[in-house]
Amino acid sequence: MDLFHNLAIGFATAVQPANLLYAFFGCLLGTLIGVLPGLGPLATIAMLLPITYALPPDAALIMLAGIYYGAQYGGSTTAIVVNLPGESSSVVTTIDGYQMAKQGRAGVALATAAIGSFFAGCVATLALAALAGPLTATALLFGPKEFFALMILGLILASVLSSGPFIEGIGMVVLGMLLSLVGTDLNSGSQRFAFGVPQLFDGLDFVPLAMGIFGFAEIVRNLEQDDKLSLVTQKITNLFPTRDDFRRMVPAMLRGTALGTLLGVLPGGGAVLSSFASYTLEKKLSRHPEQFGKGAIEGVAGPESANNAGAQTSFIPLLTLGVPSNVVMALMVGAMNIHNIHPGPEVMTKNPTLFWGLIASMWVGNLMLLILNLPLVGLWVKLLTIPYRYLFPAIMVFCSIGVYSINSGTFEVYEAAIFCVFGYVLIKLQLPAAPLLLGLVLGPAIEENFRRAMVLSRGDATVLLTSPLSAGLLAAAAIAILLIMLPTIRARREEALQE
Amino acid sequence: MKGLAIRNQRAFAAGVLFLAFAVFFFVTALNYPAGTAARMGPGYFPRLLAIVLAVIGLVVTLGAMTSTAERQVLRRWDFKGLAWITGSVVLFGALLFPLGLVGALFVLIMVSSRASHEFTWSGALANAAVLIALCLAVFVYGLGLQLPVWPSLLN
Repeated sequence: MDLFHNLAIGFATAVQPANLLYAFFGCLLGTLIGVLPGLGPLATIAMLLPITYALPPDAALIMLAGIYYGAQYGGSTTAIVVNLPGESSSVVTTIDGYQMAKQGRAGVALATAAIGSFFAGCVATLALAALAGPLTATALLFGPKEFFALMILGLILASVLSSGPFIEGIGMVVLGMLLSLVGTDLNSGSQRFAFGVPQLFDGLDFVPLAMGIFGFAEIVRNLEQDDKLSLVTQKITNLFPTRDDFRRMVPAMLRGTALGTLLGVLPGGGAVLSSFASYTLEKKLSRHPEQFGKGAIEGVAGPESANNAGAQTSFIPLLTLGVPSNVVMALMVGAMNIHNIHPGPEVMTKNPTLFWGLIASMWVGNLMLLILNLPLVGLWVKLLTIPYRYLFPAIMVFCSIGVYSINSGTFEVYEAAIFCVFGYVLIKLQLPAAPLLLGLVLGPAIEENFRRAMVLSRGDATVLLTSPLSAGLLAAAAIAILLIMLPTIRARREEALQE
Repeated sequence: MKGLAIRNQRAFAAGVLFLAFAVFFFVTALNYPAGTAARMGPGYFPRLLAIVLAVIGLVVTLGAMTSTAERQVLRRWDFKGLAWITGSVVLFGALLFPLGLVGALFVLIMVSSRASHEFTWSGALANAAVLIALCLAVFVYGLGLQLPVWPSLLN
């Protein structure tokens, strides 16, 4: 079997001592930032990105991936124990998880979350491995117009699934694409929107942008809210679910995993969407919907499995098609670019050890997380007692040093300061920043493929609609837009996406 | 009915923001040759995008003024917090080379700490000491990043 052969290559890479260490470091850090509210995987990955320059590429990606899915574990811990979602993907876990904790079943809820996440992680790893081959083969058939259509579809779906009005999400995508045009035009070699600033000739780096918006501006927002944490910690006893618990959580886990695996692949999907969708599904299917919100174990098992599965399968479009499905994946593009690896179908053939090593490391990482989380719950909860006034200067420090070290220059530091102000404006206008970043990352590839497609068709734009593949992809995008315009779906989407 | 009134302040501001960026990018892109669809110059795609953004901006702006628009006011702005945070980052950039990492971090931590309502001098100083030690250990000695550690006059 090819699949097993490939996974064997992957595990051989993943269990190398150095890679194990980086996976462990990533998971540990991921759990840490997952526990700490106000610091997400996004800012953390952006912060560490410049530092990964010194690491070999597989170690760098293994560590960054560990941060992303590790954060899903950490986020659920605080959601259950102190009713505070460390990550937006564990918002729904607070509903029933905290209720379980209040009934003295915190241990069971934590164990459910951890087991669900681990199970989902294993399935998602297999799904990733199984789907990678066929999808890569498809991607190799793609020409410029198909890639153009695919990326348009991805961006449309990402805006459909982001919070707030759809049209504003699309506006942010287009603005991000415009910002991506800053710098040297690869076709003509001329400078665009650089205004003679040499540091802009290579384009706007997205790390200062991401840090300004998701690091600094987020701090200003958090400081405004200024609410104090009330810690209701209790001793966590009895981690083991009863037989009845198992009977109820296993089907929920299976459904959550399936849902998360599917939604993660979808552009714009990932952990957050998966967890919300799973909670809604469990409540609909349950014979006792009235128990939801009062400590139903399905309400923990389903979403916690779903968010982990979604976090992992969102790597599929990135690794096979080169299209990042969410902002964290967009940052992974940056991490790969640092090492001169261009995400897309070639990764699997050109860097098989990196590709399969990353996939296998996710399984290894999930195992580590299971061990890290359950016995150490008490320690993680203690971390929450660190007041935010000590925490945010630390974030400021790590972000600033991270931004500086991109180019060992202060230009990027000022850039981040400008984007901090810009990010604050976005927060106040409630404009979603995630589509902006996706547009920024995909912009150059979209322009490139668009121009190539037009050269090949001698300037005839209808070719996008006459080729079956690109027409199909664009039709899917159009259907997504039409669906969102329908009033009933609109209402349901608002319900599902509100935080 | 009183004609056009801005019912949704938030959406109106968002639309104006889109329009402003669209105009800026379009006008700047006029300096670059557009070429034809078959042989696009550097100005073609930016103009196309700027037009799309302008249309979106118009739709959002006008949508905020329809009689059915949801009423939303702009949220209160906290300029003080924003100024402390942004200012501390700018100072870090400006002071890194003259003062070195230790000095620049000290300023960064002290200035940004002021953004919190719970600021105390002793707390911020202690935090600065811990964080600077941590940064030196991790970034300078651990990862070996090329950073000026002490003021340039001493070197």
